[in-house]
Amino acid sequence: MTRKMNRTRETSSVADEIDKNIKRAFDDVANQELPSRFTDLLDQLRAQSSTGSEGSHDK
Amino acid sequence: MTSDPREELVTHIGPMRAFAISLTRNGSLADDMVQEALVKAWSNIESFQAGTNMRAWLFTILRNTYYSHHRKRSREVEDVEGVLSDSLAQKPDHDGRLQMRDFAVAFATLPEDQREALVLVGAGGFSYEEAAETCGVAVGTIKSRVNRGRARLVELMGVSDDEPMEVTAAVTQGIVAMNQSIA
Repeated sequence: MTRKMNRTRETSSVADEIDKNIKRAFDDVANQELPSRFTDLLDQLRAQSSTGSEGSHDK
Repeated sequence: MTSDPREELVTHIGPMRAFAISLTRNGSLADDMVQEALVKAWSNIESFQAGTNMRAWLFTILRNTYYSHHRKRSREVEDVEGVLSDSLAQKPDHDGRLQMRDFAVAFATLPEDQREALVLVGAGGFSYEEAAETCGVAVGTIKSRVNRGRARLVELMGVSDDEPMEVTAAVTQGIVAMNQSIA
């Protein structure tokens, strides 16, 4: 009984460890400082849409 | 007037890059894809329903971007090592990194549907239901992809389900060692 419960817990902890590894690899990338191309892009999009909404819609 | 949901976009770019890399296994291609998805999201912001999960919405756009035209290209330039491993390789001096690199190499060999399911559920914090919706498949399909992916990783990492302590101990040791070196 105890043995079986341990086995179940151990097996699910393998899945947990796999998820932790994936999460760690994912977070490593996700938490990197954003390359400036992305902040620049958002600035550019923001500038475009504020021009668009204030002025006429011709391009 | 409610705040513009577009102001929230910036907080999702990091996770979008991580998801894109797990799909493409190529860092520069991943960033091109993220850029394209962001432009689409910005110009179609009215299709985002306020109060729903913006990350799931963005990942769906990103995924569609990938499957519509980057997938073919990524196959041509696919790098065997996998790029999730690149971020790991940047700090080779840290204890525990070798274990992580082995893991990342194993991960990169999985079929893309399994990588995607594992990343969404295992790392992205998606529920099975959200992952299913993002991938446009049934919940059971996501569960089965996650299970097959995990089983394959266990196999690739050279342990069997009968010896779970071994992988647990090895991986935990790596994680503990890494935490200590950060502290």
